[in-house]
Formats: sequence, C-alpha cells, structure tokens
Amino acid sequence: MENSGIKRIALSIMSSLLAILFLSPLYIVLTNSFKTQKGIFINVTSLPFGEYFNPENYVEAFSQLSFIRSFFNSLTITVSSTVLIIIFASMAAWMLVRTKNKLSTFLFFLFAASMLIPFQSVMLPLIRIMGKLNLLNPTGLVFMYLGFGSSLSIILYHGFIKNIPKELEEAATIDGCNKFQVFWLIIFPLLKPITVTVSILNAMWIWNDFLLPQLVINKSQWHTIPLKMFFFFGQFSKKWHLALAGLVIAMIPIVIFYFFAQKHIVKGVTEGSIK
Amino acid sequence: MKVSKFWFCVFVLPILLAFLSVVIIPMFMGIYYSFTDWNGIGNTPNWVGISNYIEIIQTDHGFRESFVFTAKFAFVSVIMINLIGFGLALLVTGSSRLNNILRSVFFMPNLIGGLILGFVWQFIFTKAFDSIGSSIGLSFLEGWLSTTSTGFWGLVILMSWQMSGYMMIIYIAALQSIPESLKEAAKIDGASAFERLKNITIPLVAPAFTVGLFLTLSNSFKLFDQNLALTNGGPANSTQMLALNIYKTAFTFTRFGLAQAKAVIFLVAVAAISLTQIYYSKKREVEM
Repeated sequence: MENSGIKRIALSIMSSLLAILFLSPLYIVLTNSFKTQKGIFINVTSLPFGEYFNPENYVEAFSQLSFIRSFFNSLTITVSSTVLIIIFASMAAWMLVRTKNKLSTFLFFLFAASMLIPFQSVMLPLIRIMGKLNLLNPTGLVFMYLGFGSSLSIILYHGFIKNIPKELEEAATIDGCNKFQVFWLIIFPLLKPITVTVSILNAMWIWNDFLLPQLVINKSQWHTIPLKMFFFFGQFSKKWHLALAGLVIAMIPIVIFYFFAQKHIVKGVTEGSIK
Repeated sequence: MKVSKFWFCVFVLPILLAFLSVVIIPMFMGIYYSFTDWNGIGNTPNWVGISNYIEIIQTDHGFRESFVFTAKFAFVSVIMINLIGFGLALLVTGSSRLNNILRSVFFMPNLIGGLILGFVWQFIFTKAFDSIGSSIGLSFLEGWLSTTSTGFWGLVILMSWQMSGYMMIIYIAALQSIPESLKEAAKIDGASAFERLKNITIPLVAPAFTVGLFLTLSNSFKLFDQNLALTNGGPANSTQMLALNIYKTAFTFTRFGLAQAKAVIFLVAVAAISLTQIYYSKKREVEM
C-alpha cells in the first residue's frame, strides 16, 4: 500500500514537470514580450524586470495590429459563418436522414467523400470562380466557410439525428405542422448537444484559419487576427519585442475562451475526431 | 409527393449550393486546369495536355524533394505525436484534481492557430535556444532552423507539442472505456503492470490507435500554416512541404497550371491515405 502511494507521488511529480516543460515556450514568449529589444538580446531567460522592462511593447503592438478592429473582424466572420453552418447543416442532415431514396443516399455520400479533398487542390479554381462572382470579400468568405464546413457538420448531425425516434415528428405532422415548423419547434431543440459540438469545431477552425482569408480578403480593413498577425510579423520579424507582444495579444482571446468553455471544447474535439 | 420534393429542396438546397460551388465544382475545374498553361487567376488557360505532369516528373526536382521531405516528416511526427500522446494519457487518466489541470495544460496548444504557434516557436528555436545553448555551453542548441535537419526537427517538435495533447484526449477516452474489473482480475492473477499494459490495455485501445495514427498522418501530410510560419521552406527550400510548394508555385512563380497539376497529385496522395484509414478501421470494427 505504501509502495503504491510513493509511486503515485512520483507519477504526479513527473507529469507536473512535463506540464511545466509544455508551458515553457509560452512562458518564455510572455516574459520576453515585456523586455526591450536589447533586453531580449542580452538574456532570454531572465525575468523582465529592471532597466529592460518595457510594457510599451504592448501599446505599440496593440495599435499596429489594429487589434480592436481585427478582433471584431474575426468575431463577425467566425460567428456568422458558424451560425449559418448550424442552420443549414442541421436542416439538410435532418432531411437526408428522413428521406429514404437514392438521391439522399448519394448526397450524403458526396458530403462524406469530400472530406478527403485537401484545401490546396481546390483553392486556385475557387479563387477564380469567386473573383468572377465578385465574392472576394467578407460576404464571400462566409459563403465559402458554409461550403467547406458543410461536410463534417452534416456528418455529425446525421449521426445524431439517426437516433431520434420518428414518432415525435409524426404526431406533430398530424397536428398540422409543416416541415419547417416540425424541424424548428420539435427537432432542433433536441439537437442541442451536437449543436454545441458542431459550433465549437467550426468556430475554432474558422477563428484560426489563415490561408482562405489570405486569398479572399485583400482590403486591410477586413483583416482577421491571423491575417493581421502574418503581415505584422513580416514587418517586425527583426523586432522581436514587438512581435512577441503581438503574439501574446493574439493568443489571449483563445486562452480566455478555453478557460470558460473547456469542457465543451474537449468533448467537441473528441467527438469530431472519432467520426 | 410534390410537397415533399418542395420541402426537400428548401432544407437541402442552400448548403448544397455552397458546397457544390466551393468544393465540387472547383475540384473538377482544377483537374481540367492541370492540363493547361494557366498563368494568372484572371487569365485564360490554354490546353497543353499532360506537359505539366511530365514537367513534375522529369524536371521539377523541388516537388520531388518536397514529397520526400513531407513523407519523412509525416512518418517521424506520427510516431512522436502518438507515443507522447499515449504516454501522457497513461500518466493523467485518473480523475484527480491535479490530473484535470494537467490535461488542460497538455491540450491547450491545440487550440492556438498554427500560424501563431509557428511564430512562437521561431522565437524559441532561433533566440531562446541560442541564448540557452551559449550560456550553458551546449552547441547543438545554436543555429536552429538555419540547416535542413534543425528545420526538420523544429517542425517535428512544434507539431508534437501542438498535437500530442489532442491524441492524449482520444487515448484517455479509450482508456476510460476499459472495464476496471478486467485490470483488477489480471492483477489478482499476478500480472505485472507491464504485462497488464501489454496484454490488456494496448489491445483494447487498438481501435483508438487507428484513429490517432491516421488523423496525425493526414494532418502532418497537409501541414501548411506551421511550415509557412516556422521555416517558410528555408533554408533554400529544403524544408518546404507539399502544400507550401503548391502555394509558392502558384503565387510566387504564377504558374497556376503547374501548381494545379501538383495539387491533383496531392489530392490523390491525401485521399489514398484517408481511404486506407477507413479500410482499416472498418475491417477492425468487423473483427471486434
């Protein structure tokens, strides 16, 4: 008994040390982001106090990133894309589950099979088409996210809806509800757990996505955080004190979100991977 | 009958339209463009037959090198990520308060975008490694990312750091589904901890290994953001992976037709990996 107690403590110490190792890159970035350029050059491992302490990095990085603006750009694009994906993917998935014919089987297969297609193999023609349709702007970007998010979201909804008994909606149909009412009043509320999963998976992907916005958005007033970060870094890559402060600012929203929605995030990511 | 067709369209058509115009139509157009001399987003492509593919096979050594580099990277990082992920899962499966905190820590890097993480690690490798290396006299820590091999290992370390927490979560879910009674019974029968791991835990976690292996394999194969931010393919394009090679062929050299031919080859490779995964997981499910 005593033996297993010692073993448990040894394991705890070992895993805590590993956790510290895991966090050390972020710790180094955080401490150095408060130093002057000279301070970073002289010693990376020291704490940011004394003559090299320079919190102004943050003021400068914050304004260079136009952080308020890029934050709200990211937020607008992420939220509107996710909401549209939720609405249309759940509707389509329900119809595909409840309609038993060759067309619906084929469409579901098409959505599932397209998961195999990497982004790079469609991006060039996509930009050409969207350019011709005058959709190389935030509206077009949201539309593209709806298309790219459709497969995984429909698959997840499809799997969940299969297990909902049909009797419920049949009763409502007899009571005179049309399909639209049946879906939004009866079915959609039942989908809440999977809706949380689908929202989190899509929101995390869209929030962090870099390449698609880079190809689609050319007006700097619409730059999202990753996009702004890319140009900011290109400009300041020799000025690490500013670059690091910028990186910390860019990571803060995700860390806060993780802090509050951790359970849902972990659950969502697990479910998303197993499908 | 007419009514149900109407509702089918109302429910399915909006997302289907987006999906077709963003994924399916561009994919077929892309296959067509790979046989053309397309040289700028707005320009008209002319049919050139299979000459892009011939160029890739015969003269474009950069693409072949990218392919080999990507395959090597994928192989090493898949092993690293899954070993670390499984190790972490074994360490923190229990539901103590400390374990909950540790799990959150290990999983966190996964949420931050690849581009930002690439920049973070660029600082760690080039500045922090240099500084630590010179102050404690470890010369192998100096000059990271300036050679092909340190670029390679830099990418592997970055990806292991980012993805092993994700694999850990998948393996924890699998470990928790093993009935406690099974392990107890083996313990009473006198099986050592290692024997229990080898004969009970690992076989029962095997389906999760299939998921984990292929998830990391296809992610490593498609890597772009981290590659762009950490090494940008350098030095001298020697750490350029497939996705970045395609991107640069199109946007640096404006050879869209050639880039598209590469993208078709990329599509075939990625699809082959994923189909193998589906084949193996289905086969295993049948056996279970």
